[in-house]
Amino acid sequence: MADMLIYSEAPAVACELAAGGRRLAAELGLGLSAAALGPGAAGPAAELGACGADRVFVGDDPALTDLPTDMVAEALAQVVAEAGAECVLLGSTRRGKELAGRLAQKLGAGAATDVMSLTVRDGALVGSRYSLGGATVAEVRVETPVKVFAVMPKVFEAGTAEAGAGEVLRPQLSLTPSPVEVVGRAPREGEAVDLEAAPLIVGAGRGFAKREDLDLARDLAAALGAELACTKSLADFEWLPEDRIVGLSGAKASPDLYLGVGISGQVQHTVGVSRAKTIVAVNTDKDAPIFQLADYGVVGDLYEVVPALVEKLKAG
Amino acid sequence: MRIVVCVKTNLDLQMVRIKGREPVLEAVPYKVGDLEKNALEAALALKEDGLDATIVAVTIAEGDRKIGETMKEALAIGADEAVVVDDPALAATDQAAIAAALAGAIRHTGGADLVLCGEGSTDGYSGEVGSRLAELLELPQLGYARSVAVADGAVTVERSLDDQIETLRAPLPALVTVVSEINEPRIPGLMQIMKAGKKPLTELTAAELGIDAGATASQTAVLSELAEEQDRKHIMIEGDAAEQAADLVDALATEGVLRR
Repeated sequence: MADMLIYSEAPAVACELAAGGRRLAAELGLGLSAAALGPGAAGPAAELGACGADRVFVGDDPALTDLPTDMVAEALAQVVAEAGAECVLLGSTRRGKELAGRLAQKLGAGAATDVMSLTVRDGALVGSRYSLGGATVAEVRVETPVKVFAVMPKVFEAGTAEAGAGEVLRPQLSLTPSPVEVVGRAPREGEAVDLEAAPLIVGAGRGFAKREDLDLARDLAAALGAELACTKSLADFEWLPEDRIVGLSGAKASPDLYLGVGISGQVQHTVGVSRAKTIVAVNTDKDAPIFQLADYGVVGDLYEVVPALVEKLKAG
Repeated sequence: MRIVVCVKTNLDLQMVRIKGREPVLEAVPYKVGDLEKNALEAALALKEDGLDATIVAVTIAEGDRKIGETMKEALAIGADEAVVVDDPALAATDQAAIAAALAGAIRHTGGADLVLCGEGSTDGYSGEVGSRLAELLELPQLGYARSVAVADGAVTVERSLDDQIETLRAPLPALVTVVSEINEPRIPGLMQIMKAGKKPLTELTAAELGIDAGATASQTAVLSELAEEQDRKHIMIEGDAAEQAADLVDALATEGVLRR
């Protein structure tokens, strides 16, 4: 029987892919294989079975130390051949997205990355992803014999599929060490923020005239118990760190409340909040596109409206 | 050394309007992509740091627009020369064919010691082309660079991953993709724009690169491409700032989205 193969370097994402992949594979009449790569990969292998995989291909060749993209792609191409895989699901993390292109090229495969939903339609996988900078959503079908999809984290929910047999296999991989060398690793600077999990978000845009004025947005976020986020332009000014960006090049959030302050509403930003339950916009320009996306719109000067909001919220 | 910067020219997305749920693309001009400008700036910074380099901007177009004009922007920013593969055979194609055309153009025009790309394009943002090109040219790849340095025949980058910063080094030739935080691209002045028209621009066809119709057939099919449906209330809150604040807090309380 042909297989679907799932792989992510991030164990949580791999488990999500196994759960989602198991359902899709069943619809397509495929078995589900997983790959666990890198030194110590045998450890997580058993878990991938519990997550939904029938077979787990373990590759702990020394050439996979530090997971260089060229060698991971080569190892996966060899596993695809061994498993007779027709499609490969990767996690669309940064590493996974980088891997998708290289693996697809090795396999002569078409690919879709940053996939935010993946379904079976007329016997084929169809992935949706943003296009035109987020203005539109494209539904993409891959036409090659082997197909590669890089699926965004949290598209599938771990633990929603029955466990697979989890048979552990050790394919004979033929790899040579990558010329790329890891010379250092450090955690990201600044406090970690997970905007995609935040229930309330205050977003700041270029309506703020200077960096210090962002204290107004911080006060509002504090009064709401919200996380502070921003447009890409504020991060480009280095007023806020990159991990606070909401939009195409940052977090795709789905909070209960998104309160955008001084944000005009270009799609590259709004694509990151369009799944919010309630959207509020505060902007001086009544014609700003953000109001077309807003449930509640406040046309006004943020330097007056935000302090008034903070006062009202504190008064309860 | 030769630094090749892969430049995608995409529709100016600020000018794209949505009608019904369909994007309206008529009369929307093309421009050099945002991350491609970061890649060009990174190449220029290396050169200004004393690296003896020629910067070649390479692009792919489908033959029905004035790509030479658009590429003057890349030349004005500071590329020394431009290579354009301009061919209707590349009209309805995808990332694999673009990567093949880029690989062909690079091989055809003197190769590359360092290839720089954006980590994705401003419009499609698939991030596939850099990786596919690295595989085609059999190059080591160093993705998501927020800094890049060249010394002793090797390239070193600090790369920005989801949860960490990783420093990678690889011998040249190599391919690097950059993230937007790497630099602030310069805006060319009038003199640079004037000089851009005099810089060499080489035009190639797919056939000259040995790329046939089979190689340019799309490996993916786009079944639909529509704006997301949004069902929003569009309630405008009037009054002075204090009244607006009070009404908004009441509304949010009714929505049940406030933490109480």
